[in-house]
Amino acid sequence: MRAGTETPPASATPVPPMPAARRRRSGRPPFHLVLPALIAAGAAALPLGYLVVRAAEAPERALDLLWSSSTAEVLANTGVLVALVVAGSLLVGVPMAWLTTSTDLPGRRTWALLGALPLVIPSYVAAYAYIGALGPGGAVESTLGITLPSIYGLGGATLVLVLVSYPYVLLTVRGALVGLDPGLEEASRSLGHSAAQTLRRVTLPLLRPAVGAGSLLIALYVLSDFGAVSLLRFDSFTRTIYTSYRAGFDRTGAVVLALLLVAFTVALLVIEARVRGKVAAHRVGTGVRRSRRPIALGRWRWPALAFVVLVVAVSLLLPVGVLVFWLLRGVAAGEPLRLAAETWVAAWNSVRASALAAAVAAALALPVGVLSVRYRSRATVALERATYLGYALPGIVIALALVFVGARFAGPLYQSLAMLVAAYVVLFLPQAVGAVRASVLQVPPSVEEAAQGLGEPGWRVLFRVTTPLVRPGLLAGGALVFLTAMKELPATLLLGPTGDRTLATAIWNATSEAFFARAAAPALVLVLISGIPMAILLRRRHGLGA
Amino acid sequence: MRPRSRSTARLALPALLAALLALGLVLSSCEADEPDEAGPDEAGPEEAEADPDEADDPDEAEGPDDAEATAESPTITVYSGRSEELVGPILEGYAAETGVDVEVRYGDSTEMAATILEEGQNSPADLFFGQDAGALGALKGEGRLQDLPEATLDSVDERFADPDGQWVGTSGRARVIAYNTDAVDEGDLPETILDVTDPEWEGRVGWAPTNGSFQAHVTGMRVELGDDVVEEWVAGLDEVGVAYENNTAIVEALGRGEVDVGVTNHYYLYRFLEEDPGFPVENAFFTGEDIGNLVNIAGVGVLDTAEDPEAVFDLVDYLLTEDAQAYFADEVFEFPLVPGVPGEPRLPDIEEIETPDVDLSDLEDLQGTVELLQRAGALP
Repeated sequence: MRAGTETPPASATPVPPMPAARRRRSGRPPFHLVLPALIAAGAAALPLGYLVVRAAEAPERALDLLWSSSTAEVLANTGVLVALVVAGSLLVGVPMAWLTTSTDLPGRRTWALLGALPLVIPSYVAAYAYIGALGPGGAVESTLGITLPSIYGLGGATLVLVLVSYPYVLLTVRGALVGLDPGLEEASRSLGHSAAQTLRRVTLPLLRPAVGAGSLLIALYVLSDFGAVSLLRFDSFTRTIYTSYRAGFDRTGAVVLALLLVAFTVALLVIEARVRGKVAAHRVGTGVRRSRRPIALGRWRWPALAFVVLVVAVSLLLPVGVLVFWLLRGVAAGEPLRLAAETWVAAWNSVRASALAAAVAAALALPVGVLSVRYRSRATVALERATYLGYALPGIVIALALVFVGARFAGPLYQSLAMLVAAYVVLFLPQAVGAVRASVLQVPPSVEEAAQGLGEPGWRVLFRVTTPLVRPGLLAGGALVFLTAMKELPATLLLGPTGDRTLATAIWNATSEAFFARAAAPALVLVLISGIPMAILLRRRHGLGA
Repeated sequence: MRPRSRSTARLALPALLAALLALGLVLSSCEADEPDEAGPDEAGPEEAEADPDEADDPDEAEGPDDAEATAESPTITVYSGRSEELVGPILEGYAAETGVDVEVRYGDSTEMAATILEEGQNSPADLFFGQDAGALGALKGEGRLQDLPEATLDSVDERFADPDGQWVGTSGRARVIAYNTDAVDEGDLPETILDVTDPEWEGRVGWAPTNGSFQAHVTGMRVELGDDVVEEWVAGLDEVGVAYENNTAIVEALGRGEVDVGVTNHYYLYRFLEEDPGFPVENAFFTGEDIGNLVNIAGVGVLDTAEDPEAVFDLVDYLLTEDAQAYFADEVFEFPLVPGVPGEPRLPDIEEIETPDVDLSDLEDLQGTVELLQRAGALP
């Protein structure tokens, strides 16, 4: 780090990391890390194999599509949308994270929870809600009597996607801020930097891996999202892929576009790997990390609060308010409330599959994260990046790939809970990998080396030393997987146990046929249930810093 | 230091992974045992968090066997492209009446059909319940359906069954022009579907180019009017129309007055009216024998992989009983197809809808329609 070339004082004053701290282990990475990492990357790359097999069936048509002008247009559209959504999410998410961790903002823990919850609202539900509220003739226009700019197209798609995906940045940056060693910032201040200079030259660079990880998750999420772009009528890759599948069962067309999407994803992965740099955020000297002292906002307290309230109001209260409105209107018109037993069975099915997926994803993310940080090489970074492949592809592509493989090779496991969990892991593993990796970066390798030096075998060091130290990352990654799996639709529909309702399928079953009131109850239950792990997670994280 | 640990490491992780896999097996077998009504109390959270040790318990690890056992009892697996909100109660009714275990997988019609194609001969599906004749035609085209009994086919008008006898309609749906009653008088509506591209409807007409029902409708128009006329019409609609993702979105936008008229299926409106009786939208038919009033079906086909076709035929017949047909009319607001079953009071009788005689099995050329829509600029 730039702040850290001074000779450390002899006292217990924290020492900023030095280049030497980036050292990685030499030699071949151990088997107990490589095997699970290979399994993870292999699973994530499985759909790619399916795509290649399918595309090879009709090579001429594949090439035609590749060079058509509409494909280029879709490519450009998608690129612009990704860039705008990432930029918008950073503008919302980074200040939200900073305000709720590092300052004396009133009620910051509550705001962090409420600010993270929009993540659990399925994008197609959010899109219906925003169209109803902000669309032409919608609630805002008819009550305020004003004309809003059109919600359709690039602007609306960007707005809705920012509002459902900025929590990725909020959560990853929050995690990094909580785990940040205040000594670094204090050293910077004591060396004569102003608060603003410290923020710019020390804090922000230290947040780079987290910002990068969050941005990548958002970018890939935007690539794969269907609900928002379809309802807001923006021709992105995913919408085109779905259209190919739905119209005339054009599997080749869909596959070619999906392969292009993979190429796009690889480009993003390479860019992000460069942007995140080689920052090490752990301490190398003696002493123990303290929690940071909150920064007094002073006269900025109320404007900051207003910003946070506005974000929560638009991203959470508005869609939830629309859901409540649907529910009440339906009940008033004599619809059943649908809080009957079946909603709770659906909730249990959702929670069980999502929780298992979270546990498996976190378990696989650990070796991937440790490998890519401690045994950094082209091969291990490629392995880590490979786990992202499943995440950027539209759910329907992954789901059909797993249908193809599962129906042939999985035997009785096909369309079982295990299959569904595997699908979730393929889809959402990178969320866990990103979080775990960021945590590993904050752990000094010297701790692990000391344990090994005392004769502990490598795998025991992993379980007894590394795992407890990266627990915040494991929990955060697991929670992200849990929350996104709760709302996942295509794989749930195609691969879940036949006849099992989940909250996401219940919501979809109702909205797809315009029964909005019937969708409201399961959607509200989804938001409430997802709030629980989020609350526990944020509490723990907070406790970590306290 | 490290080399000493190698051998242990080699054992420990595979063991852990095996334990995880076994845990998955155990849980999925619990899954197979659980009847649908299984509540949270039956399988508590403790079970999900189960200690990997439990996987070693021989009593618990019999997952696959149990799954096979259930396959032997009478079970019909339905892949439904129709929403659970629409057909769930009727399928549950059959299960309750006969004691047959009906397992239903719900999804989008075309995605369900694509799933069956990807599964190939390993498909667990016995019956496909499709949203329209197009999806059924696609499965038939790939040779995945089997012949239905004559008696079954005879219970509906021959217009509503596959001439080759591989699928049968279970309920009818009509294409209509829906309009916002605050913005348009019924008398001012376009007379024929070709008129909706007139300049006066610029920015006022909603349509759904990516939607299956719309595409089936365009296929019908091609059969009736020829490709050139239809391509020009689609290009015109692309110019004056406002494109939505699906019929629901069109009707929702009509309610807000975002557009004044929309070409859509007839039954979505009644769902909105059920939740909001003051919803300012009504349906109208085009004048005379217009292809704009095309009647399509939702229907079923029995898969070639069905384990016990006779049992599946029985379910198909149930969907054509008076009770089931009355359900489709009263609860789903669709047209009953079996003669003599009264329809929804707000709707005309299906025989009264004036529409050219288009053979639904001619609506199979979806690929041609998609290409036409692409040429006209309506699809990317």
